[in-house]
Amino acid sequence: MGHAHSVNPNKPLEYQTEKNQMNILGFWIFLGAEIALFGTLFVAYFVLTGRIADGPGPKELFAIKDVLIETFILLTSSFTCGLAIHEMRRGNKKGLMTWLLFTLMLGLGFLYFEVMEFIHYVHEGASIQTSAYWSSFFTLLGTHGAHVALGVGWMTFILIQLARRGLNATTARKAFIISLYWHFLDVVWIFIFTGVYLTGMVM
Amino acid sequence: MKFVKHSFLFSSLLLFLSGCSALPVLDPKGPVGEAQKDLIFWSIFLMLFVVMVVFVLFTIILVRYRERPGYDSHEPEEMEGNKWLELIWTGIPIIIVILLAVPTVRTIYQLEEPPQSTRDKEPLVIHATSANWKWFFSYPEQDIETVNYLHIPEDQPILFKLTSADSMAALWIPQLGGQEYNMAGMMTEIYLQADEPGVYDGRNANFTGEGFTEHTFKVYAQEEDEFDAWVEETRQEAPKLTQDKYDELLLPGHVETQAYSSTHLEYVNHAMDAEYTLKAYERQGYDPEKEGSH
Amino acid sequence: MAWDEFFVTGDPLIFGAQISIVLTIIGIVFVLTKYQKWTWLWKEWLTTVDHKKLGVMYIISAVLMLFRGGVDALLMRVQLTMPNAEFLDSTHYQEIFTTHGTIMIIFMAMPFLIGIMNIVVPLQIGARDVAFPFLNAVSFWTFFMGAMLFNISFVIGGSPSAGWTSYVPLAGDELSAGIGQNYYLLGLQISGIGTLLTGINFLVTILKMRAPGMTLMRMPMFTWSTAITCILIIFAFPVLTVALAMMTFDRLFGAHFFTLMDGGMPMLWANLFWIWGHPEVYIVIIPAFGIFSEVISTFSRKNLFGYKAMVYSMVVIAFLSFIVWVHHFFTMGAEASVNSFFSITTMAISIPTGVKIFNWLFTMYKGRIKINTAMLWALAFIPNFVIGGVTGVMLSMAAADYQYHNTYFLVSHFHYVLISGTVFACFAGLYYWYPKVFGHKLNEKLGKISFWLFVVGFNVCFFPMYFLGFAGMPRRVHTYTEESGWFDLNVVASIGALLMALGFMVFVYSIYYSIRYAERLTTGDPWDGRTLEWSTPSPVPYYNFAKVPEVHGLDPYWEMKKQGEAEFDVNQVELEPIHMPDNSAVPFIMSILFFIAGFGLVFEWMWMGIIGGIGVLITMIVRSFDPDEGYHVEVDEIKEIERKARRKEA
Repeated sequence: MGHAHSVNPNKPLEYQTEKNQMNILGFWIFLGAEIALFGTLFVAYFVLTGRIADGPGPKELFAIKDVLIETFILLTSSFTCGLAIHEMRRGNKKGLMTWLLFTLMLGLGFLYFEVMEFIHYVHEGASIQTSAYWSSFFTLLGTHGAHVALGVGWMTFILIQLARRGLNATTARKAFIISLYWHFLDVVWIFIFTGVYLTGMVM
Repeated sequence: MKFVKHSFLFSSLLLFLSGCSALPVLDPKGPVGEAQKDLIFWSIFLMLFVVMVVFVLFTIILVRYRERPGYDSHEPEEMEGNKWLELIWTGIPIIIVILLAVPTVRTIYQLEEPPQSTRDKEPLVIHATSANWKWFFSYPEQDIETVNYLHIPEDQPILFKLTSADSMAALWIPQLGGQEYNMAGMMTEIYLQADEPGVYDGRNANFTGEGFTEHTFKVYAQEEDEFDAWVEETRQEAPKLTQDKYDELLLPGHVETQAYSSTHLEYVNHAMDAEYTLKAYERQGYDPEKEGSH
Repeated sequence: MAWDEFFVTGDPLIFGAQISIVLTIIGIVFVLTKYQKWTWLWKEWLTTVDHKKLGVMYIISAVLMLFRGGVDALLMRVQLTMPNAEFLDSTHYQEIFTTHGTIMIIFMAMPFLIGIMNIVVPLQIGARDVAFPFLNAVSFWTFFMGAMLFNISFVIGGSPSAGWTSYVPLAGDELSAGIGQNYYLLGLQISGIGTLLTGINFLVTILKMRAPGMTLMRMPMFTWSTAITCILIIFAFPVLTVALAMMTFDRLFGAHFFTLMDGGMPMLWANLFWIWGHPEVYIVIIPAFGIFSEVISTFSRKNLFGYKAMVYSMVVIAFLSFIVWVHHFFTMGAEASVNSFFSITTMAISIPTGVKIFNWLFTMYKGRIKINTAMLWALAFIPNFVIGGVTGVMLSMAAADYQYHNTYFLVSHFHYVLISGTVFACFAGLYYWYPKVFGHKLNEKLGKISFWLFVVGFNVCFFPMYFLGFAGMPRRVHTYTEESGWFDLNVVASIGALLMALGFMVFVYSIYYSIRYAERLTTGDPWDGRTLEWSTPSPVPYYNFAKVPEVHGLDPYWEMKKQGEAEFDVNQVELEPIHMPDNSAVPFIMSILFFIAGFGLVFEWMWMGIIGGIGVLITMIVRSFDPDEGYHVEVDEIKEIERKARRKEA
């Protein structure tokens, strides 16, 4: 920990201390583990595809309109999250907070539509208990959704800290890390959108 | 310690050579087990060579370079490594792996087919179904079924079609050959053959819960005409297997050996229907939830 | 639920265990109160973030788990020695082999090694702590609470009994309705969090916190083995997390991943389990290789032979460990091409492993081999591990494996590699680094007695099992008939187990004896060591290094000693204030809340699960708002501590 306090002003704010650099590297490695996690969920999903027992199949149920809205919202939120970091790099705390707030609202919007979509499926007779296929569907989507929900909560607390403590190396690092997390969830969603929804509609 | 270990190894080896009759895996009575035994002995031979090399080197180095009176002030030189030595001890293991891999792959493929020695004979098909904790052997061509014992003709390949009514089991008759899993909703196949008449032990080798230990059966390998007579007798004298009786037999537990003049395959092939057993439990008023907690 | 369903009743063995647990708790509370040690316990241990103390707690827990798993093993041996005495009934026997396997792998082997990593890695690379000291405490406490949750199963609610592999559908609630399996799922899940965090933490530590001059190819071999292990953890453990979650959903929420009903696929569990499980085997063996490398090099007074080959071989082994998992179920009826592929990849592992064996032998070649307890464990490793290794090669031959699978041949093989690999390494590492932590050596005489008892017992116990395998004895049977002819070898094996138990007892006694009577060290370098950890005083000051050393090559401390630069005079060097992290109660509290959530889910009391889960989230928020600025140790204080620690050296 000895060199944790040396500050390098030539780097972006979130990279200036060694502690911050370690946190960011650690988070990248954590995302590596997350790839293994989602990779396993995807494998299980593909292996169990078609095992619908006597229940409904994906093609009959998929609410593609909801899905398109969710996709649009989440992609936009990734964009606004990128803008937030852009503003942070310019040292604009207000811009950072505004765009993070947008991102947060979009995240909530995504969750709203996803919950609606799930309720729709359950009403049509497809829940986690229906068949192996739906178990894997809800677990994969649910894990992603839970990540988004966690991200929304986390972002809320980072916003509070930004408001209270201002933009400094620590808060900048936290904002940067949640942006990594948020973009990662977006990438996972792209795989879900193509691998689950588009493939499910075609097959 | 060296002495202890070496004398121990030696005595085990003696036990090993003298006691082959007590080691059914090394005393096979059919071509499948025979092929596996050959592979096992080949690998033991090569592995003993590896063990020897390491043990000898280990002993020499330890004896020669251990710190002791008269050898306690030597200041060793640093060594980086040695390209040639390292190439040798990478290369030789590669050769050994090749020497093992070739016969292994050949045997794996060979065991997928009926044994060479009886190629001209049509294999006898037997469905071996495991249910907690009993074995059902269905002879679809003969239209008979036995529970917890098995009759086979000698010198004829037997094609076992394996499945399970509930938990995953493994059919294993050590003296005839290695095991294969029985899985609900799946069908696996294995060829076995007995070259001489006799009574062999068979069992489930894969853990299936409470009654696993006694999940065994006897194999009676008979001359062809004796086997045919047994089939005829069973067809004449054994009762039909009703669905209700079969459902009852599926309940967890052990049962006596029994024979039927029809097979359960007319009600269900568990390889196609993994759900049958749980539905049978319901029909029989059996609730695993209540029985399961102890 | 009635109380007699909540507590396990009706078995005298378990009743005895319950009484002894209650007595132990009363005893601990009494001692802590009488000597007014509560504050000490809280401040020095429960809230610490010091990697050395966490390491000590890891090892103590692991030794306790070794005891528990060992008692399980002895109970099994008793049962198999008296197959007709009904000492254990079938269910009880199955519970015991399930907890034995799970505890030994997850709660003994891994934590023991992680404990040694905790103590050693930061010291070896010249760091003052790990990258994330707070997370390190979270790792330990989640492991500990997960282990406790798993361990209480045998007195509260009933143990899991589907084997440590928990194959479905047997482990599903269609066939095992009791709650034992829930303990397995949640205990492993909670401790798995800790393991994953350890993987990330140590990888960042090794990548970012090495002393100036220590390039990757100048890292000590144990540090290398830790880095590779971390990568295995990071990619393997999420697979376990998902597999456990799926089975939990099956059992608690009626999902159908692995069920017989509604399209579930039991084979998927076997695959996921071993995609994690095989790398897991290497997670517990690669650090062992690292430990042996350090011990053999130090006590041969030579540098490690073929350093680069040692590193590359570990990388190759780690890579191969991800593409061999099917060899755990060659008998599942996969196509010949699949079985052939996995046979060959498995055999291929023997090549880099062989390279390592010969490199160790040539490290000793032309050296001056000092034989003490630490070195004895390392020496015993080589022949015993080779026996385990060659039988592993035999098992990798799929066509022959059809005969070995599920038999005592397999049981013997994995005990040969796991005990002579991992357990011997734990003992070697403990004897080797113990003086660094406690400032005194462990008694050599007792150490040697325990070594000989354990190693001879180990061979007497497990060597006959190869022949039991050839004799057709399947694993996991709780009894056998007289005609089977398995009795004699089982008796021999039990005698061996008894010797191992005696060895363990002598080992525990040697710790007690050494704490009381061993001579206190006057140096931080009792073995004439080669790596940086030996340049610090023993016990190590909490900030590790007063001044971070500079590294110019391999074995830096050895070089310093040769150059005559090893003397560290506090008055000669220029010191700077050292920044250190604050203690925190959050990891401990968070883990208790994890425990509560897990316990609730075991009994399917959802309210309790939700309360625990919310509690965990709250602790995370508390942590997020904690500025965690730490504090500085001033130069005067460092000088004072160093003078005290090194005075005895003068």
